[in-house]
Amino acid sequence: MSKIHVSTTLNGDAAEFLCDPSASLLDALRDELGLTGSKEGCGSGDCGACTVVLDGEMVCSCLVFAAEAEGGTIQTIEGVAESAVLHPVQQKFLEHGALQCGFCTPGFIVAAKALLDRNPDPTETEVRYWLAGNLCRCTGYDKIVRAVMDAAAELRQDRPSERTPA
Amino acid sequence: MPSTAFHAPDSVEDVVALLAADPTARPLGGGTDLIVQMRSGRLAPGSVVDFKRIAGMTGVRREGDGFVIGAATPCTALKADAALAAAWPGVVEAANLIGSVQVRNRATMAGNLCNASPAADSVPALIAAGATCVVAGPSGKREVPVQEIPVAPGKTSLAPGEFVVEIRLPARPEGGGDAYLRSTPRTEMDIAVVGAGVSLVLDADGTCTSARVALGAVGPTVVLVEEAGKALVGTKLDDDALAAMSRAVQAASNPIDDKRGSVSYRKAMAGVLARRAALIAATRAGAKA
Ligand SMILES: Cc1cc2nc3c(=O)[nH]c(=O)nc-3n(C[C@H](O)[C@H](O)[C@H](O)COP(=O)(O)OP(=O)(O)OC[C@H]3O[C@@H](n4cnc5c(N)ncnc54)[C@H](O)[C@@H]3O)c2cc1C
Ligand code: FES
Ligand code: FES
Repeated sequence: MSKIHVSTTLNGDAAEFLCDPSASLLDALRDELGLTGSKEGCGSGDCGACTVVLDGEMVCSCLVFAAEAEGGTIQTIEGVAESAVLHPVQQKFLEHGALQCGFCTPGFIVAAKALLDRNPDPTETEVRYWLAGNLCRCTGYDKIVRAVMDAAAELRQDRPSERTPA
Repeated sequence: MPSTAFHAPDSVEDVVALLAADPTARPLGGGTDLIVQMRSGRLAPGSVVDFKRIAGMTGVRREGDGFVIGAATPCTALKADAALAAAWPGVVEAANLIGSVQVRNRATMAGNLCNASPAADSVPALIAAGATCVVAGPSGKREVPVQEIPVAPGKTSLAPGEFVVEIRLPARPEGGGDAYLRSTPRTEMDIAVVGAGVSLVLDADGTCTSARVALGAVGPTVVLVEEAGKALVGTKLDDDALAAMSRAVQAASNPIDDKRGSVSYRKAMAGVLARRAALIAATRAGAKA
């Protein structure tokens, strides 16, 4: 079967690739584009390790055909840090020790950032429900939730200070 | 996955033609059932026809006081539509019990319906609400009540070449309210052991003038239990009426026995959930009457 040509905007830059008609977006990211940050934990939508933001909404990239991304805008874990500066969610994951093996971490960080981008002041319950589609077999979740709450607090502090420099 | 062709046409006619040309072709909505089934080898369609690029397939529009929901509209977009969420909270909540945020950002109610799982969460709520769907096919369009789509687990009444283009919800009746509840071992990311959707109308003095009760996961398809609705009509939802409704629900339940729930547990829970959903629907009806 002939390959399909797909053009996207990936982490802010134009990116094109060829894919099999039945390849997933996750396959294309990892195998065609060399972005191996997104992980395949289950391939069935259950674990969230493959979470990316597609056209502004977070999705499981294992449950999207690569061909569906034609013309789309994709943000992956590789686009979360701004050059060498970690995003507050990433920084707080490190500070709180919110990872052990780290396999689930890219998905959690993309999902947590997607939450904080739209809700800078979530309750713990909101964080837990939002992250219900991300599984972690190591940490027991508590440190992850604390890291996200702390990142939210830091982002809330940063934002006003950006607007009114001291 | 074995090789499957991928098409993303931009007209309903092209989708119909592609589906009609290949009996193994499958329409692609959010893909949250289809891709899982293809990957597991349960389904090997010759082609997948993505209809999301057709203009007007995604989004909710008002028609009179009713709502027209494009077949490609993801569940999270239903929640974002304040008028829809206020008019049919039971339907919107049911659709937003599906999976995780990631899954709901893709999953559609049309896909939930056409996957024809007896445990599909949005379907009892849609049936209780009296929703219909518009089906496009080789001989044009037809409007069908939602309960006529699923016929057996994984099987629908859609003819070759047909697909659902929109789901229609009527205007919320004056004094109307709806609710959907499910029972699952986990609070999120789980399949209903039992689900119950209720939509009813109360008149000014609180007497029920119409009621529809639909059940999920207690038979081969989601079922509309007309007797259960009738048990509420003409009553003020007193204990006797609710007990009669629960009995009708249990009588209509013919669930399977599996690790998720025994027959007797599922039957008992169907009665309990229908009762609770009826009371929530009544509170909503009263609050907005
Ligand atoms: C992790 C996970 C959790 C889930 N949890 C739940 C849950 O809690 N409750 C629940 O009910 N479901 C659940 N599901 C199943 C699934 O997400 C839902 O059934 C969803 O609504 C399917 O919609 P879709 O648009 O993704 O369908 P698709 O996968 O696109 O399609 C499903 C089927 O319907 C056909 N189809 C799709 N659209 C149309 C159309 N317009 N006309 C005709 N045929 C069509 C397809 O060909 C396919 O056979 C879950 C799935 C996953 C992966
Ligand atoms: S790999 Fe996509 S959800 Fe697990
Ligand atoms: S850190 Fe190992 S799965 Fe989460």
